[in-house]
Amino acid sequence: MSTAGINWFKYSSPATFYPLAGRMIPWFAALAVVSAVAGLYLGFFVAPPDYQQGDAYRIMFIHVPAAWMSMFIYVVMAGYAALGLIFNTRLSAMMASALAPTGAMFTFLALWTGALWGKPMWGTWWVWDARLTSELILLFLYIGYMSLEAAIDDPRRASRASGLLAIVGVVNVPIIYYSVQWWNTLHQGASISFDKAPTMAATMLAALLVMTFACWMYAIAIVLMRVRNIILERERHSEWVMGVLEEEK
Amino acid sequence: MSWSEFFAMGGYGVYVWGSYGVAALLMVLEVLWVKRRRRTILRRLGRINQMGAVKVEHEAET
Repeated sequence: MSTAGINWFKYSSPATFYPLAGRMIPWFAALAVVSAVAGLYLGFFVAPPDYQQGDAYRIMFIHVPAAWMSMFIYVVMAGYAALGLIFNTRLSAMMASALAPTGAMFTFLALWTGALWGKPMWGTWWVWDARLTSELILLFLYIGYMSLEAAIDDPRRASRASGLLAIVGVVNVPIIYYSVQWWNTLHQGASISFDKAPTMAATMLAALLVMTFACWMYAIAIVLMRVRNIILERERHSEWVMGVLEEEK
Repeated sequence: MSWSEFFAMGGYGVYVWGSYGVAALLMVLEVLWVKRRRRTILRRLGRINQMGAVKVEHEAET
């Protein structure tokens, strides 16, 4: 297989990635809006009420995607942090830093919607069970990552320190995912797993998957927007940023 | 099904709309924050750029 002619490192340069990200944002944003509308329509008007939970189960269509995103974004963030540490590429560290606030937002949403679902179903907003506690630790990891990065003035040292924290924190993700199997928890098991056929109605599954896709597209759009801010800030002394400023006028 | 029935969500309205409302609010706020940050950065960099240009002119004159 020949990869000659394609410079894979071209887009790892902030100067070339900046305009590329700018062109991609409207597409991801549009996909996010369209799929969110479709997912909400499926979730609220097509999917039938649950025979046990009535309409309360409809919280699932935001709770489960938010929880998936919270874990997935963390793994991607740690991956970028590792790339940044190993290859010393500036863009990887910037991507890791751009992912953190959105990951924290989805983690908070998973906890918030979980509390609002737990109250009517379990009779309590919160229990210190393995799934909930490990998800709360994930929120603290995101906050710790962001605070550590903000606390160090030199951007390179800041990315190294916070990147290391992100990588160490990855052990928490499988703990969250398997917590419902490893421990006796109040939280129900996985909604969808790789080795079993889905147990929910097809329309419910469709709504869940479309909402997950919408969250994905949203996350990509907002992270690209944020990484462009970070690129401008960290590369402000370079000539190409001055060129961008001229275009923006 | 009427709209009031729809918003009642079988008695779980507070929980369901409390979930979706906060989710929508946070996503809208996040977009606004990132956009505001971009405007701030562009303004600041624009000023620095101008100062640099003025300095270069001065240096050319002297």
